[in-house]
Order: sequence, then C-alpha cells, then structure tokens
Amino acid sequence: MSDYKNYLANQVMLGKMNRREFIGRSLAAGVALSSAGTLFATSALAQEPKKGGHLKLGLEGAAATDSKDPAKALSQFMFVVGRNWGDMLVESEPLTGQPVPALAESWEPSADAATWTFTIRKGVKFHDGKELTIDDVIKTLQRHTDEKSESGALGVMKSIKEIKADGDKLVLVLTEGNADLPLLLTDYHLVIQPNGGFDNPDAMIGTGPYKVASFEAGVRATFERNADDWRQDRGFVDSIEMIAMNDATARIAALSSGQVHYINRVDPKTVDLLKRAPSVEILSTSGRGHYVFIMHCNTAPFDNSDLRMALKYSMDRENMVQTILSGYGKVGNDFPINSTYALFPEGIEQRAYDPDKAAFHYKKSGHSGPVLLRTSDVAFPNAVDAAVLYQQSAKKAGIEIEVKREPGDGYWSNVWNVQPFSTSYWGGRPTQDQMYSTAYLSTADWNDTRFLRPDFDKLLLEARSELDEAKRKDMYRTMAMMVRDEGGLILPMFNDFVNASTKSVKGYVHDIGNDMSNGYVATRVWLDA
Amino acid sequence: MAALGPDTGPALTIPKDAGGESLPPSGAATATTGSAATGDVTGSFWHRFTLGRPLAALIIQRLGLSVGLLFAVSLMIFGGVEALPGDFATTYLGQSATPQAVENIRKDLGLDRPLTERYLSWLGGAVQGDFGTSWASRNSVSEQIGNRLGNSLFLAFFAAIVSVPLAVALGMLAVQFRNRLPDRIINVVSLAAISLPEFFVGYLLILFFAVQMGVATFPATVYDGMGFTDRLSAIALPVATLVLVVLAHMMRMTRAAILNVMSSAYVETAELKGLGAFRIIARHAAPNAVAPVINVIALNLAYLVVGVVVVEVVFVYPGMGQYMVDAVTVRDMPVVQACGLIFAAFYIFLNMAADILAILANPRLRHPR
Repeated sequence: MSDYKNYLANQVMLGKMNRREFIGRSLAAGVALSSAGTLFATSALAQEPKKGGHLKLGLEGAAATDSKDPAKALSQFMFVVGRNWGDMLVESEPLTGQPVPALAESWEPSADAATWTFTIRKGVKFHDGKELTIDDVIKTLQRHTDEKSESGALGVMKSIKEIKADGDKLVLVLTEGNADLPLLLTDYHLVIQPNGGFDNPDAMIGTGPYKVASFEAGVRATFERNADDWRQDRGFVDSIEMIAMNDATARIAALSSGQVHYINRVDPKTVDLLKRAPSVEILSTSGRGHYVFIMHCNTAPFDNSDLRMALKYSMDRENMVQTILSGYGKVGNDFPINSTYALFPEGIEQRAYDPDKAAFHYKKSGHSGPVLLRTSDVAFPNAVDAAVLYQQSAKKAGIEIEVKREPGDGYWSNVWNVQPFSTSYWGGRPTQDQMYSTAYLSTADWNDTRFLRPDFDKLLLEARSELDEAKRKDMYRTMAMMVRDEGGLILPMFNDFVNASTKSVKGYVHDIGNDMSNGYVATRVWLDA
Repeated sequence: MAALGPDTGPALTIPKDAGGESLPPSGAATATTGSAATGDVTGSFWHRFTLGRPLAALIIQRLGLSVGLLFAVSLMIFGGVEALPGDFATTYLGQSATPQAVENIRKDLGLDRPLTERYLSWLGGAVQGDFGTSWASRNSVSEQIGNRLGNSLFLAFFAAIVSVPLAVALGMLAVQFRNRLPDRIINVVSLAAISLPEFFVGYLLILFFAVQMGVATFPATVYDGMGFTDRLSAIALPVATLVLVVLAHMMRMTRAAILNVMSSAYVETAELKGLGAFRIIARHAAPNAVAPVINVIALNLAYLVVGVVVVEVVFVYPGMGQYMVDAVTVRDMPVVQACGLIFAAFYIFLNMAADILAILANPRLRHPR
C-alpha cells in the first residue's frame, strides 16, 4: 500500500492532483485518510521526480517476428512498447485495480450495465499533430472487434454489439450487461490509433508519453519524450532505449555492470545472488499469474470428484512456493483469484497439504494405479521440478503420480487443453469475471479443466451485469467455492513478478495489474543520478 | 531453444570427416567421377574439357551440384517444419489461440492449401529472387535478412581475421617447438578452450571484462546508424569468444598437417640435399599441408556465420542465428526457408572455395593424370 501512497503523494507534489482528487483516489485505494493530511504537509520533503536522462531497459520476450501492430502484440517486449507510445481509453489503478480515466474522461453505465457512455478527453494530440477525435476511438474499437482481425483483444471485444457516437460521446452497446466493461478497455492491445489504425496499423503513432524514434523487431526500440503529452504525471526521462535480451544471464550481467537500468524476468533461483550486488534493487510485485495443475473434470479418472480432492490435498503449496519460486510468490487456494482482484472473496479457508485427508479421499475414490501427469518447462519455469515435487508429496499420501515430460515445442497445442492432466500457466485477467469467463465457463474455448457446470455459468452471467458490489462479491464467493471444491484446478501458487533495477531508478510503482508495473515502467520511473 | 536452429554442432563434428574427404586424392576423385557421370550426356566434349581445364570443370560441376543441393535443402526444411507439431497459426498465437483467430490466420496465409501447392508457389517466388514476406511481421524477408546477414558477416569477418592468422601462426610455432614447453602450453590452452562450451566462455568474458573490470561493452547490440568504432567496441567480446572457440581447431589441424608432411620422405630428402629450413617449409611442405588446413578453416568460417546462435543470444547480438530460431519457434516458413538456404549456400560456397584453393595449391591436382 505504501507504494501507491507514495505514488499519489508524488502526484500531489507535482501539483497534478488536488486535495479533493487525492482523497478520492486514496479512498478508492483504501489508504487511511489520516495519512492524507500528513502527506500534504510532508510532500515537499518526499522525493521529487527528476526530469531527464536516458533510461535503458533490458527485456526478455522480444522476437524478430514481433509485429508493430498493437492488435497483434503478444510479447512482454511489445507490451511495454505499446504502453510507451499509446494510450487506452481506461487505465487500471496500480494498487486497487479499479478503472481510472485515461483517454476516456468519465463513463456512465445504463441501469442494466448493457449500454455504456464514455466522454472522450478533448485537446489530446497524436504524435503526428492530429487531434484525437471520437472517430479515431470508434475506428480503433471497430478494428479490434472485427471477426477477421487477429487482435489479441478479440475475446474481450466480442461482447460489444454496437459502437457508435452520440455527439462527442462514445456509446458502447453490449450483448449483455457487464459491470466490468471499463476494465476490459484497459487491455494493452486496445491502443487508440489515428483512424483506428486502419490506414497503417504498424505506424506506432499514438497519444502516449513517448514517440517511437526507432524500432527493430527482436533487437531494439528507442523512444523520445513527447513534448505535447496531455498528462504531466508521467514520462520523466527524456529518452528510452529498450534492448531485447532473451538470455537470463545476459540480463543479469547487463544490470550488474550498469549497462541497463532495469531488467525483467529475474529467475527466482538467482535472485539471492543478484541481491548481493550493491547497486541492484529487486522489484518483486504480487501478481495474478498462477502456476496450475489441471485435470479434466469430464475425463476418467478425473471425473471422480474424490480423486480430484485427493490430488488437491496432496499438493504441498508452501513447499512449492519456497522451492519453485524461492519464496517469490503466494500460495494458491485452488481458485484462480487472489487478493489483487477487486471484489476478492476474503476468508475462504486456505487448503493445506494433508496426506491423511488425501489418503482418505483417494481410498474413497476407488482409483488404483499411477496417475499420469504431463509437463514441460514451457508450462511455467521449473514446471518439471514442480511436477516431481508434487510426485513426492503425493507419494506420502499413497498416491502414485507418473510424471511424463513432454517436448516444449508444441506443448500449448498438443498437451495443454488436450491431455486430461497437465501443468500450465495462467496470466491474470483484469477482472474476476474475465478470468472465470475465459477458463471456467462451460462454453469457453480454454476451459482447460472441462468444468461444465450450468449453475456456475448462470451465476457468472448474473454477476457480470450486477452493479451492486456487495451482491456481486457474494456471487464471486460462491463461484470461488465451486471451483475450489468441485473443479479440476490445483493451484499451488501465484507467482510474483520479479524484476530488478539499479538503485538510480526511482518511483517504481508496484502495479498489481500486470508485470513491469503493468507495462508502464518506462513512463513512471525517473533517474536519480 | 538451441535444438531448433542451426546449432553449435558443426564446428566440432563435421570438420573431421569433411576434412578427410576433401584431402587431395579425393578432390581429384570427385572431379573424375563427376565427369564420368555426366559423360554420357554431354559426350566427349565434357570429357576433353575436364582434362583440359580441370579447375573450370570442377567449378562448373560444383555450381551445378550446389543448385541441386539448395533445392534439396529447401525441400528438407519445408518438410521438417511441416513435421513439427503445430502450424504457424497455432504456435504464433500460442496459449491465446482461439479457433476463430487460428482460422483467420490460416485463411489469410493460405495454410489451408495442400502441401505441394504451397511449396511450389514458394519455390516459384524464390527462383525469381522473391522470398516473400514474413508471416509473423508481414515485412519483406529479403529486407530483414539483409540487415541480419550484414550483422552476422560483420561479426564473422572480424572473428576470422583475428583467428585464422593466429591459428596458423600458433600452429607453426607449435611445430617449431614440437614437444617442448611452448608446444605443450599451446596444446593445453587450446584443448581447454575447445572443451569449454561457448556460452560458458562468453559468460566468463562478460564476468571479467564487463561486470568486474567494466572495460568492455556489453550488451553487444548493434543497430542502424551506429558508428563504426562503436560497432567494433560492441563486438569485441563476442569476437573474443568466437576466436577462442574456433582457434584450437584450426591451430591443431595446422600443426598436425605440417608435422605430417615434415616427416615424409621428400622433406627428409630435401634436408639431405642441404636446403634451408625455410625453403623446405615454403616450397615443399606448405603446398602439401595447405589443403587440409584450408578445409578446416573453411568449415570454421562457415560455422562463424551460421552456427553462432548461442553466442548471439549470450551477447544479445542481432545476427542470423537468432533470427532463424525466432522464426522456427513460430513456424514462420518463408523466413526459415530463406535462412536455411542462405546457410546452406554458405557451407557449399566455402567448401567449394576450400577445394579450389586446395587444387590451386597443389600442382598434382591441377594436372591430374
């Protein structure tokens, strides 16, 4: 929480936020109001963002095959690139995950949450000098909604039935009510482009704090500060250089030799070694991504709920977090939501490793013989080790697990979502609704646990259009319990995002939204020489 | 990752066989068998041509063969990538593939057409010098490769001009002091360098020169508009790594070849005739030792261009190897094909050059009986 408070404090200091706005946002974030007064008093003492300097990032995830079109952005590298030059309509609050205005100034749902009206910010200019119009916004959303598009946001946009202008306001009509619509528009593919990017999707011209100076796919990207940026609370460094570094050791060497200021994807196994370097700071942020062991609920032998329960109790979660994540993570509770989501259902009992209960359920299930688990290190880092650890903890409960290592190449098309018991990874989604709709709705393409429950589906749809938050939270609790106790998901851990920077990098915001300060790392930090 | 692309293998495995194969006698043999095989098609003209101008005949024949080889390579790459699990659409989209998106991409790229049709249409373009556009980035393959190939050649060139003279000189030095201390030192050090995996050599150099002493540039990323001296300083560490990796091999071959020749009867005769040591080496020993050395050098040069993906990754150097691996990972066929062809062409060209040089260096091969 203190990170976010500092972030807000900085905004206050910079005069970018008045007192009223600050209190409003603090309330939203749950910052104790008492601290607000002192913040305003002491803000002059707090560290002020410094302008200028050349920020260098060494990032994993770039490939020569990366497309400049934000609709097709897939890699971690392109995620940050898009955040640098573009803006979405809505952003998510770094600490609470609530939607906050970006290019949309404000929004209003209809009573059934099926029609949303957005007021688009005025006076915003694209990098080419053109002014942002309602037309650009509409065209952008249309491009991503097109069935023929290859947009990564197509799944998110499918629920939008109609995109139209009402004067200078944007009206979105949905196929059904969705209280989370603003959060869906935070998707990093949905960068607003001139004429929606229909003319030239690869132009990389947007409204963001940095202009693209050069870009070579899989190698390097450089940016210059956009002097006409419509926001003053971001874009502190003068220029950014992003270098593709796919080798973990190379990233660490580059950081510890001071050649770059920031690296992503630090292997938890080497974090402790990296910590010893005096100039390096480890930046670990709780995230929504989770490492999972998934069983198909409709396939023998996993159609047996007692066997599923036995396998859930056989998982030594604490040990997994310590061993596989070197402590950089949180234990999971067999439902895909953690406290970083808005409306997280608190107080659900943590499932623990219990060989006795596991043995009891195993006996009750009547299953005999080994259970085949397929895995590969592409599922998540050290997945094979995790599978072997699991094999050992299950053995103590008398359950024999046979670990089969599959080739990493083609794992996602041949094993995951195909074989009945495998390891996998889920990145988080902006909302609980999104997470459940993507992977637990009966009709979802990626229902990788074959969780087919009409009552769950019905509840999910009801919760989606429910504008009363208390009621909604209750529904999410029921759904979490269903997945936890009856689903095919074994969720031992949520991984932290482990990144690192030199100590001269200041103002890093631990954003729960996604890795690398939700991709905004380069626009939020400043360099203190 | 490493299993996907051209790997580190060639430098360590192929040279021995290939070197042996292209030793002087077999070079001549290839030429004669070739002429015999083509004899019935072109008649006695080709036969006379072969006898009269063996070198020109060899070059023409090799060029013809290499076209056939390239064709076979393209067929194998196409088949190989097709045989990999998953096609471009599913692997490109990865875990986030929806049936709709997969369908769109397949239709867009014509992946729904039959295999042979796709291959033939690609071949048709390639013959006319059009390698098509990358499926993933939708950019022209030729344009992208031009850039990457330039980087690869830049790195390979500097590694070569350092390592080749050094290797030959060290080899001669080792002969000069054979079985004495300098020879032993050279041998032990070169054996150690060849035994260490290249990425490990790279990490060691990074650790000492970039992290601890801070004298070398790291990462070695080069980009458009970078000054020549900046580029040179950027590639210092990767060049050093490559030199260490290829040096031992060439050095040992030089040493062995010269030693071999020096122990032959005619060198002894020359010695007994009272010729000076330099004259013996230059006029009598060197021409006979040069063929195997050139072959090893050629293979190492080829390796420097096509086999250095691990070094590229470690040093964050944007060369061809990484480009091809990226493409194979998502089954970006036009890029994989183009890279594969270029790699194959390099091997064929360098081997041909080695054979020709070997023939030029040896009068017995220039004038076969």
